Amino acid sequence: MSIDTNKIKKVDCLDETCPVPLVETRKAIRKASPGDIIEVTGNHESSKIEIPMAVEALGLELLNIEEKNGNWIIRIKIPEEK
Amino acid sequence: MTEKATIIVHSGDFDKIYSAFIIGNGALAMGMDVSLYFTFFGLERLKKGKLDKGSLSKMNYFGLGKFMIKLKMKKSNVRSLEGMLSDFVELGGKILACDMTMDIMGITKDNLREEVISNFCSVGTYVKEARESVMTLFI
Repeated sequence: MSIDTNKIKKVDCLDETCPVPLVETRKAIRKASPGDIIEVTGNHESSKIEIPMAVEALGLELLNIEEKNGNWIIRIKIPEEK
Repeated sequence: MTEKATIIVHSGDFDKIYSAFIIGNGALAMGMDVSLYFTFFGLERLKKGKLDKGSLSKMNYFGLGKFMIKLKMKKSNVRSLEGMLSDFVELGGKILACDMTMDIMGITKDNLREEVISNFCSVGTYVKEARESVMTLFI
């Protein structure tokens, strides 16, 4: 699958703690355009579990969670316009 | 209909104001509507320049305890109360101010940060909002 890199909106939450990763993810979702992919990077442990909870509550699609050197990257898909 | 949380902010203590905003912002982030109803000592914190001026609810030790907590918070990169408030407003949270408290504590609209307050109201508004809420807390 090829992804248009302009559609990837990065959110840097490295070294941020509760509730900032959740809040910054939500801000990015509110600002996103249809078809965007939100890519949140962080290292706050609970947020790795809780951002997916928020994604589910908001009815969005969680693409994947990647772990790298103690950090996590969560990718969220904003639906295309119907 | 979007689920809703209504939180009464009765205490003006530094740590409890933090709890109110952390829960409020968390609920907004997870897709809920949120109203924070500021009353009694909580309302003091909506006065201009007073948001982070509350003391700790425990172990304040004439401000030394609060000073220590603030140092630890800075070290742990905890967002300031001012930042939490601006996140709350940006995510569409509502701030309600109790007008009866204003009367008894001699607070006028001029003393308060009107730009963040969506409504001046009384208990009826709280009950109406709480009745529609799936989560209501008293802090």
